[in-house]
Amino acid sequence: MFSYTFQWNQALARLPQMLEGAVVTMEVAILSMVLGIIFAITLTGFRLSGNKFLNGIAVTWVEIARNTPALFQIYMAHFGVASFGIHFSPFTSLLIGITFNNAGYLAENFRGALKAIPDTQTRAARSLGMPAIMAFNNVILPQMLRISFLPMSNQMVWAVLMTSLGVTVGMNYDLYGVTQDLNALTFRTFELFAIAAVIFYIIVKIINFGARLIAARLFRY
Amino acid sequence: MFHTSMSWADVIFLAQGAWMTILVTVISVFLGTIFGIFFGVLRYQVGPWWGAPVTFVLDIFRSIPLLIQLVLVNAFLGIVLRLQISGFTVACGVLTFYTAAYCSEIVRGGIEAVPFTTRRASRSLGLTWLQDMRYIVGPLATRVALPSWIGLALGVMKDSALVYVVQVTELLKSTQILITRLQEPLFLLTIGGLFYFVISFPIARLGGYLEKRWSND
Repeated sequence: MFSYTFQWNQALARLPQMLEGAVVTMEVAILSMVLGIIFAITLTGFRLSGNKFLNGIAVTWVEIARNTPALFQIYMAHFGVASFGIHFSPFTSLLIGITFNNAGYLAENFRGALKAIPDTQTRAARSLGMPAIMAFNNVILPQMLRISFLPMSNQMVWAVLMTSLGVTVGMNYDLYGVTQDLNALTFRTFELFAIAAVIFYIIVKIINFGARLIAARLFRY
Repeated sequence: MFHTSMSWADVIFLAQGAWMTILVTVISVFLGTIFGIFFGVLRYQVGPWWGAPVTFVLDIFRSIPLLIQLVLVNAFLGIVLRLQISGFTVACGVLTFYTAAYCSEIVRGGIEAVPFTTRRASRSLGLTWLQDMRYIVGPLATRVALPSWIGLALGVMKDSALVYVVQVTELLKSTQILITRLQEPLFLLTIGGLFYFVISFPIARLGGYLEKRWSND
């Protein structure tokens, strides 16, 4: 049917290297997610603070993160800041870019989740004598994280998929970077990238399944 | 005060990149929406069991990085089938199915949001399935789906930045080419980013407004 002969053995022989790359991909995704959640909570706090300056920072961050391509954000973290004489390694640039993106999207999710929590809860907490920060941390935050759990798992999937952009700033030891290097070595483009695609697919499915499992365990009403 | 070695030819070069971004986005979103509506209605009509193959295939587009989809399709057409297909066609084709995958999900959600009793009432008034879809489900589902669809269209525009991998010089790629030559990364990236922002921000706001305006509470 095809004049092309698939050589899966050659590509499959490289599987261990690619799996090592997949571990790096997961590292970046998990780190960017943890940092992203921390920044997103901070940004949400900024928005709630009522301080115009802090609110301005939060709004600017969220709007830039949501209205420009993730690739642009990674370029900015790598080539953009280089103009100021700051040179990040590809790993750091990728991490900064994805974290920036994650934080923006998550902050918007958190804002949506906050709308679902009645105002009266804050007031009740405050009238029990809790300081504002304590009321946020102990009453609002847990509910906010619970409501936005599903969007968070989606964002995690996005983070994994976005790691493939690292190759544009010279990242060569994550899953996509490794695949690209092997491709330059062996020219089995289709086979190698098909395997990479399968690995990405499996990772995403594991995340989806894990999220559903955690949700079922944590949120039994 | 401010000095740049950017010439008018470079500005035109950037504008061409921007035009390419818009072209790829419009074609993919247009075709992707048609396919998305088709697949969404199909999946709703045949139910989860018979719809499983379609769901599975469309899910692949959402679970694999776009970069890999583009490389794979390009390699399959070019190396395996030995077809002479331009990168532009590959980019539009992949992005169309990428859009369709997300769009079918949105369409299905929209249709499911229409109360079943409303549809039953319309059918018992003598409307055919097509009339029911056209006059009852269509308008009601659009109200639910349009804000998400706007988000999707903007998402596709931003993701179209990745089509450089199949040799399509869109905005971000042309920005990068200029960076390599002029060595003014911050200035050029700001221009590129600003272009995306200026298109995306007002439309995103419109989507947010519609969502607020059309929500039931």
